[in-house]
Amino acid sequence: MDFDLTDDQRLLGESVARLLADEYAFDQRKKLLGVAPGWSEALWARYAELGLLGLPIPEEYGGFGGGAVDVMLLQQAFGRHLVLEPFLATVVLGATAIREAGDKALQEEFLPAIAAGECKLAFAHYERQSRYDITDVLTTATPRNGGWVLEGGKSVVLHGDCADKLVVSARTGGSREEAEGISLFLVEGEAEGLLRRGYALRDGTRAAELSLSGAAARLIGPKDQALPIVERVVQAGIAAMAGEVIGAMEAMQAMTLDYLKTRQQFGRPIGDNQALQHRAAEMLVAMEQGRSMAMLAAMSLSEADPAERARSISMAKVGVGQAGRFVSQNAVQLHGGIGMTDEYAVGHYFRRVMVIEHMFGDTAWHLDRLADQVQ
Amino acid sequence: MDLRYTEEELAFREEVRAFIRDNLPREIRERMRLGYPPRKQDTITWQRILNARGWAAYSWPKEWGGPGWNSVQKMIFLEENLSAPAPEILSFNVTMLGPVLIQFGTEAQKRRFLPAAANLDEWWCQGFSEPGAGSDLASLKTRAVKEGDHYIVNGQKIWTSTAHNADWCFCLVRTNPQAAKKQEGISFLLIDMKTPGVEVRPIISIDGSHHLNEVFFTDVKVPVENLVGEENRGWSVAKFLLGNERTGIARLGKSKERVRFAKEVAREVRMNGKPLIEDRGFRTRVAQLEVDMKALEITQMRVVSAYDKAKDGRPDPLSSVLKIKGTELLQGTSELVMDVGGPQAMPAWTQELAALTNEPALLPEWSPQMAPAYLMLRAASIYGGTNEIQKNILNKAVLGL
Repeated sequence: MDFDLTDDQRLLGESVARLLADEYAFDQRKKLLGVAPGWSEALWARYAELGLLGLPIPEEYGGFGGGAVDVMLLQQAFGRHLVLEPFLATVVLGATAIREAGDKALQEEFLPAIAAGECKLAFAHYERQSRYDITDVLTTATPRNGGWVLEGGKSVVLHGDCADKLVVSARTGGSREEAEGISLFLVEGEAEGLLRRGYALRDGTRAAELSLSGAAARLIGPKDQALPIVERVVQAGIAAMAGEVIGAMEAMQAMTLDYLKTRQQFGRPIGDNQALQHRAAEMLVAMEQGRSMAMLAAMSLSEADPAERARSISMAKVGVGQAGRFVSQNAVQLHGGIGMTDEYAVGHYFRRVMVIEHMFGDTAWHLDRLADQVQ
Repeated sequence: MDLRYTEEELAFREEVRAFIRDNLPREIRERMRLGYPPRKQDTITWQRILNARGWAAYSWPKEWGGPGWNSVQKMIFLEENLSAPAPEILSFNVTMLGPVLIQFGTEAQKRRFLPAAANLDEWWCQGFSEPGAGSDLASLKTRAVKEGDHYIVNGQKIWTSTAHNADWCFCLVRTNPQAAKKQEGISFLLIDMKTPGVEVRPIISIDGSHHLNEVFFTDVKVPVENLVGEENRGWSVAKFLLGNERTGIARLGKSKERVRFAKEVAREVRMNGKPLIEDRGFRTRVAQLEVDMKALEITQMRVVSAYDKAKDGRPDPLSSVLKIKGTELLQGTSELVMDVGGPQAMPAWTQELAALTNEPALLPEWSPQMAPAYLMLRAASIYGGTNEIQKNILNKAVLGL
């Protein structure tokens, strides 16, 4: 048992914190929202220079060779600043899919390019009808001319609008909700037969609806047997997002404390009121419990037993989800009216945490899976 | 960063588990499993077995008969002991009095009291709270006046757990009512419960048990050599005592063991025509408790592994998080157990019912302690600094409010 950070981790944390303090003040971030592409290409290049885009990529493929804890710490820093760039979509979801599904040639083709900031990926798995159920895939793949073509649609694909290439799941066999018969494909962002409708989510991050009608696709990984890979990708996403929620909670907690100490009512700071002090203490308790669960998520990614890994990830998703909801709801409440305004930062954090809770299985969905396993 | 236990830590856990498995008397374990509080003799028997192994004074240095464990080992030991389930080591002796004497006591006091406290040859109780001094402990009024080589003690303590079992009481008394600050006129005294003028009156709690007491002191003569630390400096001794050794504060092993018990009984009782264990609502409730216990387990690891690294030796204010969440879980799991029992958990096991329970048993063996345990644990968020006081501590020490 060891909770210390390595020197590398500390240095990474400091350099990222410096960069974001300079480049990601709330007003700077606001300028990126609503203007295509909805994030900063210049910063994306800076992340590549700093080695952030290669953080979890093995050194042999031009990466930093970091682990899940490194990603958690980086995501925590991103969460504090509500970073908009497609890090999660590309470096976590996309690169995990390539690593889990691809042979050496595919990894050589993609991973160095990802680390260099030259290739953006998106992970297109969930569909309109599937909600959180990962076996519920209706999109089909049919062999054609030595390759494959895809028919169907994908929903709320994170950063699906800007991805150079998309990792798309489709059925090569089996029927809806069957574990067997799911395969993974690569589809070019500009492929014919792929229609992408990009939009902002409620927190300002980008996503897309995909329509696939005869889009050319390249099979990666084992045919019919990609579900364990999809699970791995989703789990990596949950762990990374858990780190982001911790960062967002830290920011909300800090803002709220500052507000409690400075906002005057009845001739004294509102933080003099014990009702509000105790709420702030409860937020701290929730945040620390959530932080513990984010650690659990990061560490359990390397757990070899799939059932145990899935269980820990579900526990973490529930724990972080509940902590995030409690902290963000109360951060807005303790701010009062100003917390409801779009011009104030706390509501932006609130929305990021809200969006994250509804990705990759919400609290109720994961709690339900845990309930299945009670014995 | 690594959440996994090291090989050495795992081996240590196995060693502790094996020792408890092989040495905890079966009838004690069985009573504990059914939720009964340990009898006085159970606590004594078990603590002496542990002491013979050198483990009872688990937090003390080797010099005074402790095993010299680090914080992680202490945490593992306490968790194994609770989840066995075995009687808890008497905290008044081991986690309160012992470290205080080791830190503040004279050589004579250490030699006189520590071995007997470790072996539970003498049972200690804590004379802190008074009718007018609960959360505001420093406003206590019990008076000690020095006359020659004795203090004469007059006053009243309340909520004194196990005072009726106790041979000795460590007590906060006011030695200087004129002090500028109320904290500055308090002293820490060791009082022999057999001294004339000490009177213990029972308080029956809502679970029907006699655990709490009022203790009255009328012209009680206490030799001056029973003063611990300096006169009028007892508040720092008390603060040390309250802040010391928070490793076991979450009592997580107990919550885990109670969830196991609830699941066991839930296989036996039914809901809508099937075993309760198969009921969705029950399973979701268990899953939620297991999530909360997992989070607390990791938070506890974080706090505990920081103890040994803390340079100033002061308690991490985050141990208040452990107290708050730990007691919420003790309460949540005891509610679960009671709700599993349902109507069979409701009969009051007084003499009247006990007299009816010759073979065959009138009620299931798991039923008698479900409601009392739930009722008694309502105190968990009150004692040891109420959870509201813990929130005040977090506000002051962490949040700066």
